[in-house]
Order: sequence, then C-alpha cells, then structure tokens
Amino acid sequence: MTSPAQDTSGAKAVQVDDLSVDLGGRLVLRGVDLQIRQGEVVAVLGTNGSGKSTLIRTIVGLLPAARGEVRLFGTPVPRFRQWRRVGYVPQRITAAGGVPATVYEVVSSGLLSKRRMFTPLGSAGKQAIDEALEIVDMADRRKDGVAELSGGQQQRVLIARALVSDPELLILDEPTAGVDLASQQIFADAIRERVTRGTTVVMVSHDLGPMDALIDRSVVLRRGRIVYDGPPHASQTHAHVHHSHTGDEPGWLTS
Amino acid sequence: MTMFQLEFMQRALIAGLLTGLSAPAIGTYLVQRRLSLMGDGIGHIAITGVALGLLTGSAPVLTAVLVSIAGATAIELVRARGKASGDVALALLFYGGIAGGVLLIGLAGQGAATLNTYLFGSLTTVSPSDLYVVVGLAVAVLVVAIGLGPQLFAVCQDEEFARTTGLRVQLLNLVIAVMAAVTVTVAMRTVGLLLVSALMVVPVATAQQLTRSFRSTFVTACVIGVVACLAGIVTSYNANVAPGATIVVLALAGFVVAATIGTLLRRRSRRSLPLEDEEPEVGVPAPEPHVVSAGHPHAHDQQCGHHKVEHGDHVDYVHDGHLHAAHGDHWDEH
Repeated sequence: MTSPAQDTSGAKAVQVDDLSVDLGGRLVLRGVDLQIRQGEVVAVLGTNGSGKSTLIRTIVGLLPAARGEVRLFGTPVPRFRQWRRVGYVPQRITAAGGVPATVYEVVSSGLLSKRRMFTPLGSAGKQAIDEALEIVDMADRRKDGVAELSGGQQQRVLIARALVSDPELLILDEPTAGVDLASQQIFADAIRERVTRGTTVVMVSHDLGPMDALIDRSVVLRRGRIVYDGPPHASQTHAHVHHSHTGDEPGWLTS
Repeated sequence: MTMFQLEFMQRALIAGLLTGLSAPAIGTYLVQRRLSLMGDGIGHIAITGVALGLLTGSAPVLTAVLVSIAGATAIELVRARGKASGDVALALLFYGGIAGGVLLIGLAGQGAATLNTYLFGSLTTVSPSDLYVVVGLAVAVLVVAIGLGPQLFAVCQDEEFARTTGLRVQLLNLVIAVMAAVTVTVAMRTVGLLLVSALMVVPVATAQQLTRSFRSTFVTACVIGVVACLAGIVTSYNANVAPGATIVVLALAGFVVAATIGTLLRRRSRRSLPLEDEEPEVGVPAPEPHVVSAGHPHAHDQQCGHHKVEHGDHVDYVHDGHLHAAHGDHWDEH
C-alpha cells in the first residue's frame, strides 16, 4: 500500500485507557487498560458474559465508552477516520436481510472504506475481492447467496470481507465459534499469512482451535476486568479451567 | 392506437414508467432492511401534504413532497432511537396523517372524488407541470439509488459492519427515508398513496423468487415494476378503472407466477444436489458424562416434593444437593 504505515510511529495499534462500558445500566467493563503494539497477535479470552465481545465492539466504535477512552493508531475512536486501516469480523453474519445477496457482493462491501461515493468498483477492487475469496477458499462460491451457506462458510465470507481492504489491524469476534474444523484451518492459514505481513490481530475467543499457535499474548477477562495479561500458554489452561467452572478461583493472579 | 396519441395518456405513461422504475429501486433497500411497510406509513402522511396543497391553493405535488420528507425523517429518527414506544409513535404518525388529510380536504371544500384520485391514482390528472416535478424527483431517486448502491447495500445488509468501514450510517439511513418519501410523491398520481407501498414491495418480493444476488434483484424488480405500471395504465384506460388497483393486481399476479416457478426450480435443484458431508462442529459442548446414580430406590415424579429444575428436554430433581434425571430404568447424576 502507498499509505505510510509508520507515519504515526510509536502509536499503539490499540490503546485502551481506564475503559468502562455501560450496557443498559449494567457496567460490563470496569476500568480496563490494554495496549496492543503494531504487529502483535492478541487473544482476548474469558467466559460468556466476561465482557470480551463488549471490549471488541467498543474498540471498533460500535459501543460508546461510559468512562475512559479507546485510541486506534493514536486517535480517539470517536474522531478516528482512517477506517481503511481496520478490518472487523463480527460474530455472525446478520441474519441475511430481506433481499438475497451473493458472496461476492458481501465481500465487496469490505472495500467501502476505500471507495468514493458515486464511483464504480475499479479493476484493483475487483482483483482484491478475488484474492480475498481465494484466501478463504470461497472463490468457487462467489455467485452463491450467502443465506445458502453453512455457518463456517458464512464466517469465511466475513473474514474475506475484512481482508479485502488489506487492513493493518484485524479485529475478530469469536471467529471459530460453531465453525467446522476445515473452515477453522482455512482461517488460521489466512490469519497466519496476514501476521507474516505485519498485521496486528486481536481476536476474541473461548476456543482458539488451530489459531492457538499464532498467538503472541493473551488477555483474560473476568466480570469486566482484565485478570491476566501475558504470554499465551500460562493463560490457556486457566482460561479453560474457568470456562468449565463458574465459581471464583482466587489466588492464581492478582491484578 | 389512438390511446397513445392522447396527451394525457402520454403523460400518464411517462409518469408510470418513472414510477415503475423508482418505486422498486428504493423498495429493494426497504425490503432488505425489513422496513417493507415504511412506504405505507409515508403514504398516509403524504395525504396531509396533498390536503395542505389543496387548501392553500399551491401544487399538491410540492406540498406532498415536503410533508412526506418531514414525516419520513420523523419515522427514521424514531426508528433509530429504537425505543419500545417507537412502534406506537409510528402508528400515531400514520393515523394523524390520514385523519388530518381527510379533515383538511373537507375544509378545502373538496369532496371524496378529489381525494380518491390521490388515494388510488388517476390517469387524467397528471398535468404538464406535475409531470416536470415527477420527472425531476424520479431521476433524483434513481441517481441516488444506483449511484450510492454499494454504500446503501452495505448499510442495509449489515449496519454494524458498515459503521466500521467509516460510512455515515445514520445519514445514509436518512437518505433512504427521504428517497422513500420522494418516491411516494412520484407514485402518487399513478398508483395512488394507499397502494404506493405495494409497488415498492411486490416487485421486489417477485424478483427474489428467481434471483440470488442483490443486483439482479434490484434490476429485475425495476423491470417488473415498469411492466406492471405500463400494463396497468393501459388496462385501466380500456376498462375505465382506477390505475392504482390495476397496477397492483397485475404485480400480485406476477408474484404468484414467480413464486410458483421459483418453488419448482428450487425443488428441482435441491433434488439434483448431492448431500454435503457432515462436518464435525467444534465449539459445541461435549455431551456430559453419563454417571448413573448408584442404587437410587426413590422414583421422582411431579409430586415427589423434590425441587424440579428444567434441563433442556427433561426435568432434573434436586436430591441431597445434586441433580437426578430419569434415564430409561435408572437415574443419572446431572
């Protein structure tokens, strides 16, 4: 890309300061601090209801901060405009709207952060869509309706939609939940390829599957607070223990 | 061929052509956002606009377009708030629109006959000045619906993702609402305010019986809209009935045909497709270990007094601090 990635050199890809988020009167995140350097691959782990999806959705600006702030590449999110640098993969495809849409059409909307209004898609854009579809192994399904695909295939389409704009920061919300193993492997390969090119990756999951090997660092959330932040393998076992036990297990980390 | 030499028929056909194009164009976005009935609401509000024009002696098309844009903006703002009371607020707006319109038309000294021409369309009332307004508005709607197609598609398809690409989602939602309002006014003279929503929705519903992509649905719906409008206007002239009803009945007939063909095609393609291999899913909780309660003589039932807990497809009974579930002839620990 022509845009100099280092223009904001030193700026963290993601910087979360003292973030609290209020969902319908309940504090879902309380005083979260998190810094993610460019090029890092971070997994956000935690049980259901620990606030990990809320954290991700606040980082991409879908939820407002009740207190504190989120900065992307050094700019506070409400004023952030360089959305082309960010690729977001939501948890699920929105229950396909009232009108059918093809795989190609859904992926093409990933280019909107780069497209001007009232201009047709150029050949570079078409090529980017083709490449993104190749990466997730969906090139032969490009003309199929997304509603006809399996859950794993739909998730692959969402990944392609995020990759098509060639983002520097990739944010994934539960990319592996309910996804077949073949799709998970394709995912992991696609992410690995991005990581070797220096992309920063933040993913929420409670089951990393084949992505496990890619992680540099894990962050474990519990009840809206970060209770672990460090190398992945120490956290993995703990995160999984907590997944099966709902009770508190004090002592293994004090924050 | 005399029909096509009549000037009022030429105007009606031009208006019909533009209505047939613009109503399904904006309707595709409304249907995709599952706001199929929005056109109906705006149509009700537009009645007040028409009445205001008749009362003040200005062109009803202009007052209708202003009032419907105001109404559509109000609907969108209420919708975006997402409050539970929004539904009721919309109902109030709709009924206020239709009641206010009828009242004002009465005050203007116009009878039901005048009102009818706006409610169900009329061939003879498209004046040359009306036609200019209709052409201008319809072209504006089409330019926006096609030119902003990718952006509007993204907003309607996945609003949250659209926001993370930096699109101004609220503004685009408002653009859709305003375009719907303008389309209502464009369609007012041909299908009429009470049936305009049908022309936004029925061609789209018909098209998607046979299409897979958004773009082909959009184009097919516009073609269906144009055919229904032109055929409806010609039929209406020959049979001397209101054009709105004729157009909508023709469109609905098209839907029935398309739905039948679509069902047959899907059934055939399903039969020819091989079954996909079952792939193992991960992330699904493994079945709980099967632990049989050792020597449990008591048989739980609805009346046994042990606390009952719903557990998926069966009931667990709380027994000395753990759970028992019936399994064949024994009890499982849950």
